[in-house]
Amino acid sequence: MSPRITQKIAFSLLFLVSLVVFIPVLFIIGILVSKGAAALTWEFIFSMPKDGMRGGGILPAIVGTLLIVLCSISIALPVGILAAVYLNEYAKDNLLTRIIQLSIVNLAGVPSIIYGLFGLAFFVIMLNLGVSVIAGALTLAIMELPSIITTTRNSLNNVPASFREVSLSLGVSRWQTIRRVVLPNALPGIMTGAILSIARIAGETAPILFTAAAFYVPHLPHSLSEQVMALPYHLYVISTQIPNMPEKITYGTALILVLLVLILSFTVIILRIFFRKRYKW
Amino acid sequence: MAILTVTNLDLFYGAFHALKAITMMIEEKKITAIIGPSGCGKSTLLRMFNRMNDTIENIRITGEVCLDGKNIYNMKTEREIDRLRRKVGMVFQRPNPFPLSIFENVAFGLRIHKKAKGQVLKEIVEASLKAVLLWDDLKHKLKTSSLRLTLEQQQRLCIARVLAVKPDVILLDEPCSSLDPIATRRIEELMIELKKQYTILLVTHNMQQAARISDDTGFMLLGKLIEFGQTSCIFTNPREKETVDYITGRYG
Repeated sequence: MSPRITQKIAFSLLFLVSLVVFIPVLFIIGILVSKGAAALTWEFIFSMPKDGMRGGGILPAIVGTLLIVLCSISIALPVGILAAVYLNEYAKDNLLTRIIQLSIVNLAGVPSIIYGLFGLAFFVIMLNLGVSVIAGALTLAIMELPSIITTTRNSLNNVPASFREVSLSLGVSRWQTIRRVVLPNALPGIMTGAILSIARIAGETAPILFTAAAFYVPHLPHSLSEQVMALPYHLYVISTQIPNMPEKITYGTALILVLLVLILSFTVIILRIFFRKRYKW
Repeated sequence: MAILTVTNLDLFYGAFHALKAITMMIEEKKITAIIGPSGCGKSTLLRMFNRMNDTIENIRITGEVCLDGKNIYNMKTEREIDRLRRKVGMVFQRPNPFPLSIFENVAFGLRIHKKAKGQVLKEIVEASLKAVLLWDDLKHKLKTSSLRLTLEQQQRLCIARVLAVKPDVILLDEPCSSLDPIATRRIEELMIELKKQYTILLVTHNMQQAARISDDTGFMLLGKLIEFGQTSCIFTNPREKETVDYITGRYG
């Protein structure tokens, strides 16, 4: 076979494989929209559930998930970024640093249900936070820390070493160099990490199962120490626990969950564009 | 008058002996060139004068480097070292402006050191850009990104950024190595202009450059300063055999 033909075959094969990645996305969105779009009404989004969740809306679950996600990301992001800055810019390569790095890698490999059980034991029972938004948010925050730290470190590493060097050579202190040069230039990358985290947190079920999610709460939460309904858990409940569930409500709920993640991600993307402009990459 | 004196300076990276018993005196408001083949330690030596080698781990230094009679290696606090670096500025091999506007690049150090703002800041930026002969070309586009400039303009901007913090000494680490011959020539003219006000230390790969613009020259080989003296002597009447071999082209 001529090299030309082999190349053609190889490229076609690579193209087909890439297509395989694309197809499930297309199907998921397609099925959700075709079966769930009919359920999307203002009432569905903005009202309380009725008839044993077989009717009405899913507002409490939307609000619950939003609360959990926003609390969790506002805990995990600062802690993760600061830890990453320390590990990347300050920490010396010694035993303690290695232990910390090892725990980050291990933390990333822990199954999500284990986080749920840990959250139950530690936040809910030991710290006496009860099943609540805050306990769930803390559990998810710990689960997200490894990925936030890793993506932040990658974006810090992507800031050219010459920027740091110039800044130091101008008599700028190490901390000011990090604050004025390194972090601003790493920010777009850090925010990309945040987007991925938000998408993951919003859909997690196991970690909030015992720490935050309620089976049925037909009103909006008054504080962060209450338990709430949450979209992923609600989806699990209505698809497995409740007989005679109208199909369009199940698919509608799933569609809302996907849309919510999309909206949150877009918000961060817009912020990222704003910061990019400011620092004129 | 000597502004910088180096006495018996040794530097080790781990077990590697990178600078060996260097002793030299750098005259105020002159251009001192350091030449030598790749890896001879000339950049390492240059980085001794603003303590940029401090960022490397596992390094050991003995001997003295004095600025205005004060040993800069006796400085203990980071604050003192930051002050030193404002007095001894550095220009790097590749032009490395920040991804900011032209104005913000020059204003960078002053803003962080809180030395100037408003009108005063504008005046210093203008003076610095004038000193590197960029002002007339760029005065109407100070807000455009510095990355749109040509390499030569970027390197001039980097020099202006150093001038803005008002140093006494400027270290230049092969500042023309990524520029074409015409741009190189113009940067050389700029250096001659700058020596009226600043002491300049130039590391260069380019012997002709050293011969053209420097007052004193040091030749380094394998971490040793083989010969140091007036440029005219080094190039016309060198004492050491290694120097002769190098300037007649027998090393790379």
